[in-house]
Amino acid sequence: MAKKRVKFSDFSTPSKKLSQELRKEDFMPLPAPLDDVEALPDFPLLKETVEEKYECSLDDTVALNLPKPETKEEEDALVAKFLSGLQKLFTRENNWTFLQPLLLSMDHCASCHTCSDSCHIYEGSGNNPVYRPAYRSEVFRRLYRAHVKGNGGGILSAWRKGDVELNWTTVARLAELSYRCNLCRRCAQTCPIGVDNGLIGHEIRKLFSMEMGIAAKEIHDSGSVLQLKVGSSTGMNDLVVKDNMEFIDEDVTEKTGITVNTPFDKEGADILLIHNAGEIMAWPLNPGAFGVIFESAGLSWTMSSEIAGFDSINYGLWYDDAQFARVAIKHAEAAKKLGVKKIVLGECGHAHKALTVIADRVLTGDLNIPRESCLVTLEEIVMSGRLKVDPERNDFPVTLHDPCNVVRLMGIVEPQRRILRKIAPRFREMTPHGVNNYCCGGGSGFAIMSGNNFSDWRIQISGRKKLEQVLKAFEGELDPSIRKYVCAPCSNCKGQLRDIFAYYDLWEKHSIMYDGLVELIVNCMVDAKPDFIEWEQH
Amino acid sequence: MGIVPIITYLSVIVFVVSVVTRFIKLSTLPVHLRWEVYPVPHEKGKGHYGGSYLEEYEWWTKPRQTSKLAELKVMLPEIILLAGVWEHNKKHWFRTFPFHFGLYLLAGLVVLLAVGGVGSVFGLNVAADGGASGALIYYLTIAVGYAGLVLALIGSLALLVRRTFNADYREYTTGADYFNLLFFTATLVVALFSRLTADLHFDGLRGFFQGLLTLNGSAVPPLTALQSLEIVCASLLVAYIPLTHMSHFFTKWFTYHDVRWSDEPNLAGSGFDEKIAKQLEATVDWSAPHIRGDGKKKNWIDVVTSSGREE
Repeated sequence: MAKKRVKFSDFSTPSKKLSQELRKEDFMPLPAPLDDVEALPDFPLLKETVEEKYECSLDDTVALNLPKPETKEEEDALVAKFLSGLQKLFTRENNWTFLQPLLLSMDHCASCHTCSDSCHIYEGSGNNPVYRPAYRSEVFRRLYRAHVKGNGGGILSAWRKGDVELNWTTVARLAELSYRCNLCRRCAQTCPIGVDNGLIGHEIRKLFSMEMGIAAKEIHDSGSVLQLKVGSSTGMNDLVVKDNMEFIDEDVTEKTGITVNTPFDKEGADILLIHNAGEIMAWPLNPGAFGVIFESAGLSWTMSSEIAGFDSINYGLWYDDAQFARVAIKHAEAAKKLGVKKIVLGECGHAHKALTVIADRVLTGDLNIPRESCLVTLEEIVMSGRLKVDPERNDFPVTLHDPCNVVRLMGIVEPQRRILRKIAPRFREMTPHGVNNYCCGGGSGFAIMSGNNFSDWRIQISGRKKLEQVLKAFEGELDPSIRKYVCAPCSNCKGQLRDIFAYYDLWEKHSIMYDGLVELIVNCMVDAKPDFIEWEQH
Repeated sequence: MGIVPIITYLSVIVFVVSVVTRFIKLSTLPVHLRWEVYPVPHEKGKGHYGGSYLEEYEWWTKPRQTSKLAELKVMLPEIILLAGVWEHNKKHWFRTFPFHFGLYLLAGLVVLLAVGGVGSVFGLNVAADGGASGALIYYLTIAVGYAGLVLALIGSLALLVRRTFNADYREYTTGADYFNLLFFTATLVVALFSRLTADLHFDGLRGFFQGLLTLNGSAVPPLTALQSLEIVCASLLVAYIPLTHMSHFFTKWFTYHDVRWSDEPNLAGSGFDEKIAKQLEATVDWSAPHIRGDGKKKNWIDVVTSSGREE
């Protein structure tokens, strides 16, 4: 289908859809064995009932379920609210947290389109112009010029700086469009000027959340709000977590022959280990493997039963500074209460970045307790020889997915690789990798967002580039008799890979599975019984 | 003193005031949360692959290892050769590099004209037969000047063509963008014509600079209409650039050093605690139900130490 051109003036013009129809034929071609487009699943369109009820005029999916205003007055009130949020976003008081980076990104884009070529969503979609990283930014930039910088109105101003009319269509589409970016910031990495379209997406989300109370339900109501209420976005409270960990301890003790009793609330321990609680529910062998490794290495460690102390997630990172800071403080308070020397973050990318980097200028005084990536802790354990390993137990093809938050956004690149080079004789890199990696497509909350057909969107479009990378990493070894392992040391990435692999039957047809790093380590520990990895479970 | 030097003086004043004002504004914005993107080249021994000090076991117990030299090794190719565009957008590089490099050469031309003009006051004979120093400046001025004019013109025309005829670029190009490129193109065309018809060896321009820098109006040689137009256009362009998004020629310092490469940790003695504490006192007026700021009493400390539920 010929590509529909999308003009900026279209953005505010009411129409059924701004984007062209999303069709698998238009998406980026996949390599073998998924190169037959006809055999791939169609992109399912939204149900009519959804289209009638919610604002769906951006494209063929919907992330926010924004109800359509019933009256013109309601529309006008929402637009006025947006405008007030837009102005607050550029004040020192309300947005000291990101004002300087935001202003720099608003004022200096040269529209060179370098960012487009770096974006996996734009490429995965088959270069849909609505998904250009700069498209969202430019719409927002034009609103900013007109309504914050006060460059005046009228025809001359519109000619000089471009124009986007501010109306409800614009506001509703912009809200949705801020949820078509993984915030992986690969585009920011390649911008010659340093403009950050990821940041602009982040700030738009903030405006909607912090002023209008509009955010994806999965990351706000069922995410940060639930976490602050019961301790975890999974809904588990401390008692349930302790129960589950007991069960996990029993399971891994039996599987490995190494006794694990996960300590809780041990005051004075060296390490407070915080997992993404999703691991405890969805991938229990992961926290179990941490227990095996930490106990075998003789570490002084504990978990916490304080609110948020047993769940490292911090979804505020993606959409709301207030929620972000509230959760980060809870994490730090849990560590402070126990008097630990450091917090070690389990295999969760966004939790790594949230607590280590972003919260670095939120946590002051005695809340500023050192934070360390588990990948670094694990490297120290494995490379120091404290664990005896037999790499032959991992004699199968292994590739590594780099979680954006850990690698591009924290610079933790080599520890996980040094471990893999030691324990996985058939380790190979994806192309590209390291800080130039591609996002899994589940970043910024997408991995937990599956309403309507959004999971199809994140699998078929935002996850497409990662799927291509995985298939190419195992090129020539796709025969199902060869078990292959994608090491993904991040819960959200694993959630996305789980869904992608299931969507295309990659385990059944090609024996490709994913899991974390600790499972691979325990799988080759000489002191543990063999076959820790549960291939068939995936 | 004629009107032309006055326009040039005023343009330089506008340029300096605009740059200094914007520099101060950007420098005095509140401390922001960390938002670096790797690779961060000053990470000693790690910058080349994108690693950071966070790879170190108990990194807070170790001295930070940074390298200004490593940073410089990335900065220089980035500034001079536009290495980032070359790496990520080669098609664009072939258009934008001549433009930018041409402008760098023209900045060099200004320096050479200034040196030559002031030197003349002190007896330097800037001419083909002006001795080693005089001849060097004379020929360098011609070489750098023409190379700069031609390269910048090629680049500005190439960018103009791309923005006009490539639909993807056209959609993102505003009237102001066309105006900017046309302004450059027109100025460069006028300057080239002026050279070729009235001032082949830049002697007239050098005399103009001499008068300008010595504040001696009588030293300014008589200018042709074309020369006057050239100088006025160039002066206005100099004044205009920092007022537009083209101020990225110096704000790029901030996007790189204050954001992309700003990875300094909040350790004791870093001064961050004090800066953050000041910001946390700021009042909040975000009005979503989980914040309910009023912009009067409620500050960031109140917001982040509440659960948001009882609001």
